[in-house]
Amino acid sequence: MGIRILKGGMLTTVQDLGRTGYQSQGFSVAGVMDVRSFKIANLLLDNPENEAVLEFTLIGPTLQFTSATIIAITGGDFQPTINGEPAPMYTALYMNKGDILKFSSARTGSRGYIAFSSYLDIPVVMGSRCTNMKSGIGGFKGRKLKADDYIGFRIKRRYLPFFLSRKLPPENFDQDEETLRVVMGPQDDRISRQGIDTFLNSEYTVTSDFDRMGCRLEGPFIAPKETSDIISDGIAFGAIQVPSHGKPIILLADRQTTGGYAKIATVASVDIPRLVQRKTDHKIRFRAITVLEAQKLYRKEVEELDEMRKIIHQPCKEVLDCRLVAKRLTKLFE
Amino acid sequence: MDIKILTEGDSSILVEFGREISPEINKKITATVQMMKEQHIEGVVDMIPAFCSLLINYDPRVISFEEIRERVMNIVKMDVKAGESRKRIFEIPVCYGGEYGPDIANIAEHAGLTEEEVIKIHSSRDYLIYMLGFLPGFTYLGGLDERIHTPRLANPRIKINAGSVGIGGSQTGIYPLDSPGGWQLMGMTPVKTYDPHREVPILVEAGDYIRFVPVDEDEYKRIKELVDRGEYQCVVHEGEV
Repeated sequence: MGIRILKGGMLTTVQDLGRTGYQSQGFSVAGVMDVRSFKIANLLLDNPENEAVLEFTLIGPTLQFTSATIIAITGGDFQPTINGEPAPMYTALYMNKGDILKFSSARTGSRGYIAFSSYLDIPVVMGSRCTNMKSGIGGFKGRKLKADDYIGFRIKRRYLPFFLSRKLPPENFDQDEETLRVVMGPQDDRISRQGIDTFLNSEYTVTSDFDRMGCRLEGPFIAPKETSDIISDGIAFGAIQVPSHGKPIILLADRQTTGGYAKIATVASVDIPRLVQRKTDHKIRFRAITVLEAQKLYRKEVEELDEMRKIIHQPCKEVLDCRLVAKRLTKLFE
Repeated sequence: MDIKILTEGDSSILVEFGREISPEINKKITATVQMMKEQHIEGVVDMIPAFCSLLINYDPRVISFEEIRERVMNIVKMDVKAGESRKRIFEIPVCYGGEYGPDIANIAEHAGLTEEEVIKIHSSRDYLIYMLGFLPGFTYLGGLDERIHTPRLANPRIKINAGSVGIGGSQTGIYPLDSPGGWQLMGMTPVKTYDPHREVPILVEAGDYIRFVPVDEDEYKRIKELVDRGEYQCVVHEGEV
């Protein structure tokens, strides 16, 4: 009872918030790229915050359900259809046995998420269900999904209260330009004054070197003071390295744990989702804020998600999946 | 020691203990990691100790930047005496040369030594693990004897088998998993430094030491069999630093 993959899409993996606690041993955190879309997908189904989902990239997968469940789709607009009929995103959806859920390529954004009310039956490896492709561990056999893969469900959960209220306005990933707020440091002192001005006042372009590990940008040269090589140190999600070629690289979910290039700044957590939903040739600018401002934004987002939780828990007419109703009625007459 | 706490975004701080590689700095970092674990600061999610810094990931919902900066500053200010940190030495059996270490002749030739001398030099000291990174379980070891420093291969190999022991420039180490690489291979250990199916996937931590112990082919095969059956226990010497 679960889902069968009919088409894997470009890069579809099982992800959660990542595998922390093992970075000191060289394991990347991995986990979802767009934490916000991930959280909203789980929230729509009252799933635990860190429940595993499917993340897909640029070209979405095609799935067939081998049992009934409830799903929520978030992230970029991949124009999902269920049995050929357009299906809404940011909405709890009943799926019946045999239903085919299909995505096309991303109209806006570049990553999409599917959460499942019945929870994907993926073993926990070192505290997480996320796929670490480089080490080949976690997720579905440590790799991306392809045709004929089958993932079961852990539980039967085909009823959610307030069902009709479980919808939120879709997020907008339409913009071709995005200003990302950054916290300067830790090695901005390795960059020349002029280099920092260039970084904060120029437009950068997302190149095709953009994967789960990092995003390389093209644009004006950021001059280091002497050298941008540092003695290797730990790297955070969203850290912006400036190697000697002077073009920024933003490190993302599958980043290596340590690296040897100066980090000029780090993208504020709340703005990382906007970055990872970019596509090649999109424009990016940077604006410096303080760490306290960034943390305030972070807390504001937590409140915003709490607010969403209230919105999707409005009393409304209850609906039940018809098979479930039939089953319950049968029981009454048994 | 001039210790700085720097921001790395809104969910990490980087504690910089200096900008050089030295055993003293590394010892201080190891001691700090131990203290951090003992004090168990709520909101700390993960730590990445490196050559001369410690990155601390935290959850700003639980602890703010100012709070964590103060808590960590208090810990690093504490003078952790050398005797308080424990020392672990892991014995890694290595079958040197032949098909196990195809580049040992290169190393010997570059050093102007015999293969036996190279083996003796390589296995006669304990190497401090400064940090792990790059691959799961990949150790950055300090203290390779200058006489056997050897440049990397001009043409990196597409696949180096897990367990290979090699030299790359001034560094020596063990490949934890099959990987491309350019190090000069001098031997092979049957011990799995990384095994995702083991309860403890990675044997060593930053701050531990590695001692390479030469073994012959028969001994290599005997140990390998034990390893494959999951019955091999690495020899570990424990003591005060």
